[in-house]
Amino acid sequence: MNIAGLVHVVGALIFAPFLLGLINRTKAIFAGRTGPPLFQAYFDLLKLLRKGAVYSRTTTWVFRAGPVVSLAAIVTSLFLVPFGAQPAPLEFEGDLILFAGLLALARFFTVIAALDTGSSFEGMGASREVQFSALAEPPLLLGLATLAPLTGSLSLSGMLAGISGGTWLRAGPALALACAALLVVFLTENARIPVDDPNTHLELTMIHEVMVLDHGGPDLAFIFYGAALKLWVLGAVLIGILAPPQTGLFWDATLRLSGMAALAVLTGIIESTTARLRLVHVPQFLAGAGVLSVLALLLVLR
Amino acid sequence: MNMWIDSVLVFLVLTNFLLLGSRRLAARIRLSAAQGVLLGVLTILVHADNIGLRTLLLAIGTMTVKAGIFPWLVRRALRETDVRRSVEPFLSYTLSVLTGTLLLGLSIWMSSRLPLPGSQAGSLVVPVAFFSIFAGLLLVVSRKTALMQVLGYLVLENGIYTFGIALAYEQQLLVELGVLLDLLVAVFVMGIIIFHISREFDHIEVDRLSTLTDYHP
Amino acid sequence: MLLALILVPFAAGLVAFAIRHDRRRRAILVGTAVAHAAMTAVAMFGGKPVEPMGEWLDLDTVGLLFLGITSALFLAASVYAVGYLEREVRSEHRDIEEGLLFANAPEAVFTGCLLLFLSTMTLVTVSHHFGLLWVGVEATTLVTAPLIYFHRHHRSLEAAWKYLLICSVGIALALLGNFFLAVAATRESGMPDPLVLQALLQHARQLNVPWLNAAFLCLLVGYGTKMGLAPMHTWLPDAHSEAPSVVSALLSGALLNCAFLGILRVQQVMEAAGQALFGRQLLVGFGLASLAFAAAFILRQPDYKRMLAYSSVEHMGILALGVGLAGAGTFGAMLHSINHSLAKAMLFLVAGNVLAAYRTKLAPEVRGVVSALPVSGTLWVAGFLAITGSPPFGAFLSEFTILRAALDQHRIGVAITYLALLGLIFVGMASIALKMAQGPAPRHAKEPLLSILPPVVLALPVLALGVYIPPPLDRALREIARTLGGS
Repeated sequence: MNIAGLVHVVGALIFAPFLLGLINRTKAIFAGRTGPPLFQAYFDLLKLLRKGAVYSRTTTWVFRAGPVVSLAAIVTSLFLVPFGAQPAPLEFEGDLILFAGLLALARFFTVIAALDTGSSFEGMGASREVQFSALAEPPLLLGLATLAPLTGSLSLSGMLAGISGGTWLRAGPALALACAALLVVFLTENARIPVDDPNTHLELTMIHEVMVLDHGGPDLAFIFYGAALKLWVLGAVLIGILAPPQTGLFWDATLRLSGMAALAVLTGIIESTTARLRLVHVPQFLAGAGVLSVLALLLVLR
Repeated sequence: MNMWIDSVLVFLVLTNFLLLGSRRLAARIRLSAAQGVLLGVLTILVHADNIGLRTLLLAIGTMTVKAGIFPWLVRRALRETDVRRSVEPFLSYTLSVLTGTLLLGLSIWMSSRLPLPGSQAGSLVVPVAFFSIFAGLLLVVSRKTALMQVLGYLVLENGIYTFGIALAYEQQLLVELGVLLDLLVAVFVMGIIIFHISREFDHIEVDRLSTLTDYHP
Repeated sequence: MLLALILVPFAAGLVAFAIRHDRRRRAILVGTAVAHAAMTAVAMFGGKPVEPMGEWLDLDTVGLLFLGITSALFLAASVYAVGYLEREVRSEHRDIEEGLLFANAPEAVFTGCLLLFLSTMTLVTVSHHFGLLWVGVEATTLVTAPLIYFHRHHRSLEAAWKYLLICSVGIALALLGNFFLAVAATRESGMPDPLVLQALLQHARQLNVPWLNAAFLCLLVGYGTKMGLAPMHTWLPDAHSEAPSVVSALLSGALLNCAFLGILRVQQVMEAAGQALFGRQLLVGFGLASLAFAAAFILRQPDYKRMLAYSSVEHMGILALGVGLAGAGTFGAMLHSINHSLAKAMLFLVAGNVLAAYRTKLAPEVRGVVSALPVSGTLWVAGFLAITGSPPFGAFLSEFTILRAALDQHRIGVAITYLALLGLIFVGMASIALKMAQGPAPRHAKEPLLSILPPVVLALPVLALGVYIPPPLDRALREIARTLGGS
């Protein structure tokens, strides 16, 4: 267990909700509003934690376990993600599979918690969510797999640490394609436009929102916080590929923190400028991302 | 230098995928023009260490013809048709893109079996050329409108041109110019015929051109 | 001289686009045909060989053979065309099959394209540079598309589109084959221009084998599309049946041969490089496939012009088979190319006469051709016999030579398939053509001189070649068989 890597974990736990605030502020600026304060997410979390929860009589322990397990899974995945040249607290060969698996576990428990309510509304959202996530798995895994031949390592820490400016010069196109695929996965997993609109309240267009409709109080706080952490986790992987230069710890941290902030702003920009895809086109969008990652892998393997 | 060539080639592959999957006609025409520009840039990059008059002429000629004249001809041919109604091709768009991925893998395998002796442009040109050829053939075979078949033919020719650039021999540029000229006339004639087809039939779906057949049930 | 052969028809074609008087234009057409034929005759019988122009243009025996066929056919066709165009001007332009009125393309386009067609075909025959040969074949495609679309109605438009697209894709593949050939040759440092035939033959042993084989495959498929080998022949029945009969005659008789020349050239290189077996097996395969496809579609074919078109597919298959068997097979194939071209052109011209008289393209509706149109009827029956390989016509001899070559090489399977398919085609064509010829005539039609003279002139050599092959021709054919490999 790498103690220094725990700094990253603690930092993520603290700063993740800030990213949500950044995204919302960017969207507000684009829309010409002032928008909520940057720390609004923290206030929302505190408010939710203070409330009580109401559970329907048709639900079972699954409904109560869902938010907790998914938050736990995401926090665990946080331990796998390195920050800069610092290896992650938990690292071993093939940990990227565990990474994808933990995210899948989180998603799985959210979905079955939604199905547990017995409402067809949640079922509809669950089916959409599962379909899109299934299609988003190949780009994620293949995109990460592209890094393996380039850096000679099968662990996330090794991969992200092994990317340097030289790697970009050698295999620039492949890395760019992998990043594009991972950006699409980032948008999909975090239920952002163009895949899903986080602000929608129309039942025909909800995907992620509808699954968490019945949770309240601390459960909703866990889900909300988990979403923020998932944003951070996937963003950290993406920034890890995009920002290779390895200098001293202080400059690395600054560079990557600003990279995460820039990614949040970019997400805000994408959300403000593009329209949400029609639901039938989302699989094609994801298939396109899959093709990009396959292309990146082929370029690296030949 | 190699990275620039690789980037241009990757962009070529991306335009091919986009052509396989795009739905709108205007987008397809623009993609085809973009391919022309990419090929012109590629010509200059490949011969970067000895850019002569012929190279420049070929590059400029390629860009003018493929990015300027072809879209103009296509738009002219469609002036009187109402082709806004998009026809679902034989192979759905998603399936086309996935087939394209398979073809890309096939091209890379084929190029590993046929190594190019002493090429200048690095080892990515041959797979990308083969892929463009396959993508063009896929477009010709699976699309129902005459215009898309012509676009597929153009992609096919782009792939062959890409392969031609990878070689380096003396009379090459002359041959390439001759090929370009022939291509120009071919697309011109095709444009004229598409114009006639649209006037005669009121559509340009070649799938419906089935009067001449040996199938007499 | 070589340049004149190419440029005179080219210039005449351009001039023909500009002239507005029909008669003067037709005079130019026939005049150019005569001049071209005269130049070809000088090249053939003049005694001294024609000087090559650099390394790119040269007239060797194979090229001369195909040039001669082209020139003779064009001369006959141009004479026929004069009568045809005159009839077209005066006719009502009512579509035969559907009764709708249509327009014709301007006659200037027709005549101009015909002359350009002659020029580009000549370019193919004299070219010794693969790139130039490719340009020629591509040019023939572009120039003949308007000819197919002469009668402007939807069927001929459909035929022209299929022709243009399929042949263009095929020829694009042939271009790829050219590039593969260049790659196969670039390892040889002493070769400045790797697409020149002479250089390739000289350095054949050092060519890169995988690339050479890939090049052969691409060129075979590419030029095979243009030539009408199955399974790339799908444009042929439509194009040859919808085009005016004059154009069909030239397409079947001359253009398919020129496309075959492209394949022959690369087979020459393969033979010299020691890869002959690969090439020959492919040629035999495609040849038998073409025969099979033709047989399948000739049986019970209702349209007699389509029947003739499928017969062209069959004969192209025989040519490929002959060259694939090598040795005596090549001799037979070259002889067959002469026989087929002359007989098929004659048949198409006669079919044009039948069409004009009976105004239907369906064979079941045509009866009594021999009594209604005596000369054309006789020629129709004679042509049927010639094209299916019956003695005493020349095709019998050439097909028999190919059969003997197969048997000599102990390829019994090939020989039996060949014979069986030929038999099927004979039966199929007989049941269509002979039924058309016999029976009472519905009415008596007149046969203008210009429409029967060319077919008669074409028929005579076919008959003659069945009985006697002149020694110069025999020598030339043997020499070709030697250059193309085998003995």
